[in-house]
Amino acid sequence: MLTQLQHLGHTILTVFERLGRASLFLMHVLAGVPGLLLRPYLVIYQIYSVGVLSLTIILVSGLFVGMVLGLQGYNTLVNFGATDMLGVVVALSLVRELGPVLTSLLYAGRAGSALTAEIGLMKTTEQLSAMEMMAVNPLGRVVAPRFVAGVLAMPVLATIFSAVGILGGHLVVVELLGIDAGSFWSQMQDKTEFMEDVFNGILKSLVFGFVVTWIAVFEGYDCVPTSEGISRATTRTVVHSSLATLALDFMLTALMFSDI
Amino acid sequence: MNPLNNTQTLVQIRDLCFTRGTRRIFDQVNLDIPRGNITAIMGPSGTGKTTLLRLIGGQLKPEAGTIAVDGQNVPTLSTKELYLLRKRMGMLFQSGALLTDLTVFENVAFPLREHTTLPDSLIRHLVLMKLHTVGLRGARELLTHQLSGGMARRVALARAMVLDPMMIMYDEPFTGQDPISMGVLVRLIRTINDALGLTSIIVSHDVHETSQIADFIYIISNGKVMGHGTPAELKTTASPWVKQFMNAESDGPVPFHYPASDYATDLLGERPC
Ligand SMILES: Nc1ncnc2c1ncn2[C@@H]1O[C@H](COP(=O)(O)OP(=O)(O)OP(=O)(O)O)[C@@H](O)[C@H]1O
Ligand SMILES: [Mg+2]
Repeated sequence: MLTQLQHLGHTILTVFERLGRASLFLMHVLAGVPGLLLRPYLVIYQIYSVGVLSLTIILVSGLFVGMVLGLQGYNTLVNFGATDMLGVVVALSLVRELGPVLTSLLYAGRAGSALTAEIGLMKTTEQLSAMEMMAVNPLGRVVAPRFVAGVLAMPVLATIFSAVGILGGHLVVVELLGIDAGSFWSQMQDKTEFMEDVFNGILKSLVFGFVVTWIAVFEGYDCVPTSEGISRATTRTVVHSSLATLALDFMLTALMFSDI
Repeated sequence: MNPLNNTQTLVQIRDLCFTRGTRRIFDQVNLDIPRGNITAIMGPSGTGKTTLLRLIGGQLKPEAGTIAVDGQNVPTLSTKELYLLRKRMGMLFQSGALLTDLTVFENVAFPLREHTTLPDSLIRHLVLMKLHTVGLRGARELLTHQLSGGMARRVALARAMVLDPMMIMYDEPFTGQDPISMGVLVRLIRTINDALGLTSIIVSHDVHETSQIADFIYIISNGKVMGHGTPAELKTTASPWVKQFMNAESDGPVPFHYPASDYATDLLGERPC
């Protein structure tokens, strides 16, 4: 009994210690961000590797999710004779929820894990140490550009995801099921507000980008410098950032879209 | 005047204590690295030679004692002061520690690009000159995984000296070098030390090579300085520790084993029954 309590206490302490370390780490990284204004090419290169290289998976997933939304929406709405609303259903689900959330989950698996592994390996092979000895702060040179790139890339990826998803919906609803294209698009335009829906969705993805990239770079930087340590850190990145995305999504949705 | 500032000594270590876990790596160590010379730090594997270099570079903090580099006490420096000091120190890591996403050329150019605003053409000249001195000018376009261990270490050496520091710390520069590159390296370290007026610290096991180029040798073991002096002095020393080490005798007071419990009890202890 006592040992169990001890164990529990120890676990809780460890969690808080890590949270504290992660926050300090974030502060140091943010302190390195202004320096990047002088060297934008560092960020641009990272945007290529976390953003552009994630495009394929985002495009393909977005297309299929939009198509499925169109199909499922049709199956339900056809009972009520409300198939005119399909455009609204597809667009709102994507822009408000599925775009930001699924992009964040895919990003955590595709780019987040890669960031963790890359930084973890640099730590293990003493590259970060060597930079410190060359009077180059690895937080500013290695971590900050990756962090900024992740935060910037996520909203763009989420927007692309939603846009492609809507095209996928159009493909199924208009081309396959033969619903009138005019009502599909006009209802969508009518019922989708820019501030209320589109902007809030982008805001969400910005928050997800911040949190997921933070988790990814911290796990890499904080990993135990062995191959097993890296593999564990990579797993933790995917698990923690997926959970964080889903929990944050609930909170943000409650704040943004509930009319209480 | 700052009492730590001594024109003769570049690095002055006093009463240094450092512990890893329960193992005492340094116990009240005093050590002086004279300016303009090559000082070798020798000792059995695992005694803390690499740790000593990291302490001097400020990557580890001692529990007690002072480490003064050029009159500044490293453990009490602010991050900014520490980084300013590190710009004047070069370090060759035991593993090389090259940046794997850059080519050989860019690795050597890295400190220049980070700390100077020199034009590209000048950087190219400087880098090619340093690569030429380590014999790898032709390997400039290679990626780090295309290098052998010895080549990687020579690239790391070029990188350590590209900023023309006041002091270079070499962690095992001779391991993994064939006899030819070894001879070149030995001469190279000597030449750049004398030509650039550097202070060099070499960590090495190679008694023979090290005695050839070192002006002073410190032998550390078990957290203590076991002996120091010029190579000639150490060769004729009376201390059995130093004698065993310098003559590479396996029998003597220096233990080959990491501290452990009694061998027989250890073997018999884990008997499954
Ligand atoms: N991160 C660490 N955590 C705990 N102990 C460590 C760590 N790094 C090194 N040690 C211990 O510190 C001691 C000194 O290590 P160090 O790397 O300085 O040895 P060394 O003298 O450079 O040996 P070698 O000649 O083999 O390179 C070793 O006994 C090692 O077990
Ligand atoms: Mg070592």
